[in-house]
Amino acid sequence: MSGERLHIGFIPLCDAAALIVAADRGFASAEGLDVELVREVSWSNMRDKLNIGMFDAAHLLAPVAVASSLGLGHVKVPLIAPLALAVNGNAITVSPSLHAALAAAADGNIGDPPVTARALARVVAARKAKGEEPLTFGMTFPFSSHNYSLRFWMAAGGVTPDEDVHLVVLPPPYMVESLASKQVDAFCVGAPWNSVAVEQGIGFILHAGSEIFARATEKVLAVRASWAERNADPLARLVRAHRRAAAFVEDLANRDEVVALLAAPHRLGVAREVIRRTLDGRLEIASDGSVRTNDRYLLIGRKGATQPEPVQAAWLYAQMVRFGQAPLSPELLAAAKAVFRPDLFAAALPAERADLAGEPADGIGAFAGPAFDANNIASYLETWAAKR
Amino acid sequence: MDPSLKFVIVDESPVRAAILADGLREAGFTQVVRLEETNNLLANIYAIDPDVVLIDLENPSRDVLEQMFQVSRAVKRPIAMFVDQSDSASIQASVDAGVSAYIVDGLKKERIKPILDLCISRFHAFSRLRAELEKTKTALEERKVIERAKGILMKLKKISEEEAYALLRRTAMNENRKIAEVAQSVITASDLLK
Repeated sequence: MSGERLHIGFIPLCDAAALIVAADRGFASAEGLDVELVREVSWSNMRDKLNIGMFDAAHLLAPVAVASSLGLGHVKVPLIAPLALAVNGNAITVSPSLHAALAAAADGNIGDPPVTARALARVVAARKAKGEEPLTFGMTFPFSSHNYSLRFWMAAGGVTPDEDVHLVVLPPPYMVESLASKQVDAFCVGAPWNSVAVEQGIGFILHAGSEIFARATEKVLAVRASWAERNADPLARLVRAHRRAAAFVEDLANRDEVVALLAAPHRLGVAREVIRRTLDGRLEIASDGSVRTNDRYLLIGRKGATQPEPVQAAWLYAQMVRFGQAPLSPELLAAAKAVFRPDLFAAALPAERADLAGEPADGIGAFAGPAFDANNIASYLETWAAKR
Repeated sequence: MDPSLKFVIVDESPVRAAILADGLREAGFTQVVRLEETNNLLANIYAIDPDVVLIDLENPSRDVLEQMFQVSRAVKRPIAMFVDQSDSASIQASVDAGVSAYIVDGLKKERIKPILDLCISRFHAFSRLRAELEKTKTALEERKVIERAKGILMKLKKISEEEAYALLRRTAMNENRKIAEVAQSVITASDLLK
């Protein structure tokens, strides 16, 4: 088989695992693909380089693929996601002083998102009454599950994100430093940055992202829709290579090898132990060594995580509408859903049957609010508007 | 060009930022500010209230600027990237050059194009400068290696400097390698045999 040369962009995060393993452990070459992984520094660069064809495929925030296809926030370039690279994987980390304030205001278990959301509303109200500056929350990109997780969580407790707090974009490598220097009071980011903050003793992990939404597509393998049309065969091979790499990542027998591949200086370049903990779903949540384990913390190849689910695209679009990034229209909803392509996934892997036993019935499993209904976003959103 | 336009340059490389600022001043723009500190980037940009923000693509803070597109109460004026849908060629040119420009909405397209062209050509000028610097450095290194190899050969084979150099050159030609590579092998071999 001739080697099809492909340039794929990635951001050094644990959820690039399938990409790194596919390229470095031979899954891509077994499919006749000659993949060059290119490390990127920002999601804006990733989007632009994919859009103009410098990358054939990219490790992309799932909502960015939707936003680019709808022309939100930037030039409209239709992208598609024939495979998901990760479900979940983020966490909310707070400063020691905010953690203490939340604990004092909590009316129950502080590991419980409804409890912390209500506590946050009380802390926010108390600060306002005292004339103090609003709390500042860091997140990684306007179109990101980090942004939506934070907003969804705080809004469930009665906080209006755009009025009661500041939400600021921060590049992940600057998150920890910003929390230490008190420029932000909390942040939501992917691995390994939450663990790094805990290790330095400057933050407490409040919630894993999966405690906010049980099943949220985090990153996708994105390609231009026009590229996919012209390259059906390489696309199918890409999907197969990454599905197999994702399965390899999840097999515990391979954990040492996967951790070593990810930790390499030209890949993630961080300590092996931090990567291992993330893949194991074993989060050290405070510097005293307390650990919270969660087998849903990051899904790479388990529980059907690689399969692109249109309900996830609809959910992301609903968050964009809810938080003022997009107008509500049936056309935009349809366009958003069409970004996730289970048909292309199935064409590449006809024998694949995802085991979805125990997964949320509405596809998302949010900790608050009514079940999500992709066919009736308007009334789903009205429930929230009424609660505000 | 309109000298009243205000520019902010976000670039970790002081040399490139200076090249860019000089170019803008030559073109008649006098209000050019460089931001080195990425802390509170957005707040600093709002305080300066520029018409154009230029950022190098290797700067992770580029994502921070994307927040300017979001409608929120913190934003005084919405900002749009320099291009509209029809301008993907401009994006391509600027991404190739390694620069991204964010221009406050309302600035006319015909005024944007020359600014962008100027930035792109300045970024290319910087890349050339860096490439030349790299070349000079390599040439210097190579010369040092060749000098050392010549010394080793002169001592070992009791030959003159000219003969030593001729020997290196002949070997390089025969083996289709660079003289510096052959010289490096001589040094390595001599270190091994010490």
